[in-house]
Order: sequence, then structure tokens, then C-alpha cells
Amino acid sequence: MKLLRYLFIGIIFGITLTKAEIISWYRIYEMFRFQSFHMYGVIGSAVALGIGITQAIKRFRIKSIDGESIHIPDKQFSIARYLIGGSIFGMGWALTGACPGPLFILVGNGATVVLVVIASAVLGTYVYGRLRGRLWH
Amino acid sequence: MNNLIEWISQPWPWYVAGPLIALVMFSMLWLGKSFGLSSNLRTMCSILGAGKNCEFFDFNWKDQTWNLVFAVGLLLGGTIAHLWLTPENAVALNPATLAELQQYGVEPPEDSLVPASLFSWSSLLSLKGFIMLIVGGFLVGFGTRYAGGCTSGHAISGLSHLQIPSVIAVIGFFAGGLLVTYFVLPYVLSL
Repeated sequence: MKLLRYLFIGIIFGITLTKAEIISWYRIYEMFRFQSFHMYGVIGSAVALGIGITQAIKRFRIKSIDGESIHIPDKQFSIARYLIGGSIFGMGWALTGACPGPLFILVGNGATVVLVVIASAVLGTYVYGRLRGRLWH
Repeated sequence: MNNLIEWISQPWPWYVAGPLIALVMFSMLWLGKSFGLSSNLRTMCSILGAGKNCEFFDFNWKDQTWNLVFAVGLLLGGTIAHLWLTPENAVALNPATLAELQQYGVEPPEDSLVPASLFSWSSLLSLKGFIMLIVGGFLVGFGTRYAGGCTSGHAISGLSHLQIPSVIAVIGFFAGGLLVTYFVLPYVLSL
């Protein structure tokens, strides 16, 4: 029943991204055209508070719910991987107007055709997995 | 109570959404997990049996059940907001954006968060719909796994943790996004 916690947090996240129109194709287009502050405000304020939270976790050694120390692993360094992979994702983000989280939320909003977008994204992930050894990381 | 629901039903400003997203990230850390949605796509590959012929998908996906449940929560949250918390007003886009989109033949948002003409089953059969939904989805799946994360894993979690790789990834997100928005969408949308 511990899993219900994740369901609950997911519901809050789904409502938030719907109500703030972050799942809107229009909003993503507007963001990439620099015609609105909205998305920058969302990401900027999330990161600003997120930095505070992450620093607080480290400085005050905040424990997890199970009493263990919270360990946030560093990401392995590379330039090619993040720049190339990131750009490919960015292209998909601009086309579909959705990153992985919003894909699920859009289905909940009744845009059932997004199930096909998710299937295509799963296929993309699979093809990456198969080609992984031959890609520049 | 009705007033409360009416109040929640208004579009939420960025300064409400941003901090809530940070709190969601904190909740996941506090529960001993990490905040990142694209890993679910990898998990789905594993569930579908991709681990049999590819080592990258050969892991015990049941350990990731919590993240799949989180994704189901996203879907339910979307449904709740859609059914009960929907206001009358449309997405308040910049008039310049609206005019531009109209030029490309994209209808203005009325009661929908996405252009209904694009996000429909029949649109899949058109070249425009195929490029935007199928090719777009493929690039999202391929790119997020290549970069090791998406908006939640890199832009929110990674930047919050002051990770240089995430800064590079986010620069990539925008490089790809701007390229498509400025040089590809004008053609694709006019198809």
C-alpha cells in the first residue's frame, strides 16, 4: 500500500501541470518562440526552490521517510551524450509539445491519440537501447 | 466549497506551479526515490520483453513499479483536472503567437489545451500528424534515454542539484526545440 503514496503525488503533479497549462502544445510553442514568460517562470521558480531544497537536504542531512540518508547521485560527465541526446529530445518536445510526464497527463485529459505518441516514444527508447553501443556517449 | 473549486479551476500562475513541482521533486526524494519520468519508457520496454535480446532492458522492472504508479497518478490527475476543474477560459496565449499560428492554419485554443485538429486519431493519417505525433514521439523516447533524462530528470532535478551534465542537456533541449520551432514547424504546420 506504500505505492498509493506515489499515486497521490502523481495526481497532484497531473493536476498541477494541467492547471498551469504546461501540458499545452500551445504553451510549448509560445515558449520556444520566446513570446511568453509563463514556462520560464514555471521552470525557473521550480529550479530556484529545488536548489534550496537540495542544499537543505545536504546541509541538514535530512533523512528519508524510512530514516535513511537521502543520497542524490551525481550525473556521469559527458558532453556529447547530453548535447546530442538533449537536442534530439528537444526536437521531439517542440513537435509533440510534450515531454514524457505530460504525455501521460494528456491521455488523462482525454487526448487518447497521445497513447500512440507514448507507444512511439517507447519504440524510440527501444531503438536507443539497441543502438546504444554504437552511439557517441 | 463551490467557491474553492471555482478558485482552483482558474488557470494556475507560474509562481504556483513552479514551487509545487519542486515540492513533488522533494516528496520523491523524501520517499527515497528520484524524480524522473522518462525512465518509465525504458521500464515499459523491459515489460514488453526487450530484455531478452538487449542487455539495456534486462533488469527487474518490478523495482520500478513505484514510478509506473506515479505515471498512472499523472493520468488520473489529468482526468480529475479535465472533468472537474476546467474553467471556461481558453489558454491565454500571447496575441502574437495566436496570429502566427493562425497563419499556419492552427486553430486558436478554445476549450482545449492542444490543437484538436492535430491531436486527433484522424490526424495520424495525414503527413502533418504523422510527423508531429509519431516522429515527435519517437524523438522524445530516443532523445530522453540518450540524454539520460527529460525535463523532470534534468531540467528540474539535475539543475536543482547543480549538475553540469544537466545544464548541457537543457542547452540541448533548447537547441533542438528552437531548431524545430523556427525551421521545421513553419513547413510542417502548413502541410
